[in-house]
Amino acid sequence: MIALMGVSPLRAYGYLLRGAFGDLNSVAETLVKAIPLVFTGLSYAFAYRCGLINIGAEGQLYMGGLATAIVGVYVKGIPALIHVPLALTAGFLAGALWGLIPGVLKARLGVSEIINTIMMTYIAQLFVGYMVTGPIKEPGYFPQTALVEPSAMLPKILPPTRLHLGLVFALLAVAAFWVVLWGTPYGFAVRAVGLNARAAEAAGIAPGPTMASALAVAGGFAGLAGSCEILGVQFRLLQGFSPGFGWDGIAVGLLGQATPLGVLAAAVFFGALRAGGNVMQRGVGVPVAVIYVVQAIIIIVVVASMYLQPRRGWGRPGAGRARVPAAGVTAANPGAEEVPRCLTVSC
Amino acid sequence: MLDSVVLTTVSDFLQAAVRMASPIFIAAVGLVFTGRSGITNIGAEGTMLMGSLAAVIGAYFLGTPGAGLLVAMLVGLLVGLFFAYLVVSVKADQIVMGMAINLLGLGATTTFFRIVFKISTVPPQVTAFSPWEVPLLSRIPVLGPAFFVQIPVVYLGFVLVGVAYFVLFRTTWGLSVRAVGEHPRAADTVGINVLAVRYACCLVDGLMAGLAGGYLSLGLLRGFTENMVAGRGFIALAAVTFGRWNPLGALAASLLFGAGDALQLRLQAAGFHVPYQFMLMLPYVLTMVALAGLVGKSRPPAATGKPYERASQA
Repeated sequence: MIALMGVSPLRAYGYLLRGAFGDLNSVAETLVKAIPLVFTGLSYAFAYRCGLINIGAEGQLYMGGLATAIVGVYVKGIPALIHVPLALTAGFLAGALWGLIPGVLKARLGVSEIINTIMMTYIAQLFVGYMVTGPIKEPGYFPQTALVEPSAMLPKILPPTRLHLGLVFALLAVAAFWVVLWGTPYGFAVRAVGLNARAAEAAGIAPGPTMASALAVAGGFAGLAGSCEILGVQFRLLQGFSPGFGWDGIAVGLLGQATPLGVLAAAVFFGALRAGGNVMQRGVGVPVAVIYVVQAIIIIVVVASMYLQPRRGWGRPGAGRARVPAAGVTAANPGAEEVPRCLTVSC
Repeated sequence: MLDSVVLTTVSDFLQAAVRMASPIFIAAVGLVFTGRSGITNIGAEGTMLMGSLAAVIGAYFLGTPGAGLLVAMLVGLLVGLFFAYLVVSVKADQIVMGMAINLLGLGATTTFFRIVFKISTVPPQVTAFSPWEVPLLSRIPVLGPAFFVQIPVVYLGFVLVGVAYFVLFRTTWGLSVRAVGEHPRAADTVGINVLAVRYACCLVDGLMAGLAGGYLSLGLLRGFTENMVAGRGFIALAAVTFGRWNPLGALAASLLFGAGDALQLRLQAAGFHVPYQFMLMLPYVLTMVALAGLVGKSRPPAATGKPYERASQA
């Protein structure tokens, strides 16, 4: 495809690699792009662990960015040690709210969270568009907010590159994801519902509230992606401030198999694709959109190969995908064979 | 006098509503088939996008919008075949594969658009469809212009809704489709080829999504812009759910969403002091409200989302 554009693919890949890992600055740039992807990847993964499909991370990210920007711009005169956590909390809560709504609709009315998270994404983007052209627009021509207060900006951790403190937050989020899911009763409930909602209910876990709150937490993760992007990179809210980090999060969560380290690795990989893709676009004029094609192919190949593996025991449907809950499907239609397994774990 | 002004306004509004609803219900007809056969296809968005670009490329190089539409349908068919291979033969997760198709659609169309038309400030000029008045019927007051002064693709869409309804509920093959969606094993037992039925439904779905995309770029919007489908593929899926997996229901739901779209444009033009972003939210909010209010009563086919494995429990 790249060759079709009259550009040598090797040269394009050369730019891609150089842009991703060529020097210190490129590596930093890769990590800068990976930070929001870690959060959105965790967002998809967290919902996935509960048997839910969150494809609305982009919208949750926008709401998180909006809330963070408001706190960052309008709360003045407090030290960074308070300002930054406050702005991050606002971002988390806004994202969580955006996840909670489809979560409650799913839990209470059984409405598919897939369609609702998508609809909420469009609503969030339009809402941010309204806010930056109206209520919180800075004086002047541009549809954007004023710069956030210096006390809210995340410090650079590797000058002169753009790498910022968000990297540490991203790593903390990965750790939190792991601790919550595998170290707390709540995380156990989330995973139990994800594996088999009916069995979880039989074991005394209420699937409804668990699902709703899991989607809220997932939204919160995505909201933090927006927060870090605002406080660490953009410093102000713009209409289209995310180049699709939320959508990429789906690929990150999938490729990372919804595990903490897997998500981290996948986020760095897609961060490299983005950083390299930008350099490639500048260098040889291949549009960054090519990386969507790359992502799609990776998803198809990775996921399809999971299913194509020779299955042990022909009689067991789903034996080839035992590691990750078959989100949504398993939750809605519990397979009989999983009941005993789940019950023994809880006993 | 005043009456006729009001009537004209209403009639204009309805015409716009049908125009806006068309890409949604055309795609929805395809989604009814996949849905009924037990497949959730969220990849209609990406398929439509590829159809949109294919239609523009086809119309540009072959000269007529009709040819462009055929190219769009062909591309849709190929995407449908690919999707069917992934979810029916490989048995991969339908949601994930649908998402991949969407990403592929977004990336491939943006890239190919630049490959074919280079990067220029002037968008390529293509001949689009123009409206065709149905004799006599278009003279019906109020409803006439809405339903009978549209571009031919819209009529084709209406006909296909009827055909889809007939096929699904009045033919043996339609019964097979519904059986496969409800209880694939039982269908298999009575000699229905489950995999073939699902393949066929995916192909129909792809074809319709391609057609809807073609209508979008050659009828409604005249030209291709990046990510121009803008959620219509997902709204079509919502219309199918809202319309209870029935082509007529999906058509009604699509018309409702189209009316929301048209209303938003009208209110904006009329200078209502509601920021336009809130108007643009209308179809999305409407979709959520519709699903929350009615989905409790509408039940998806029982085998939805589950791949069918012939060799089974001992």
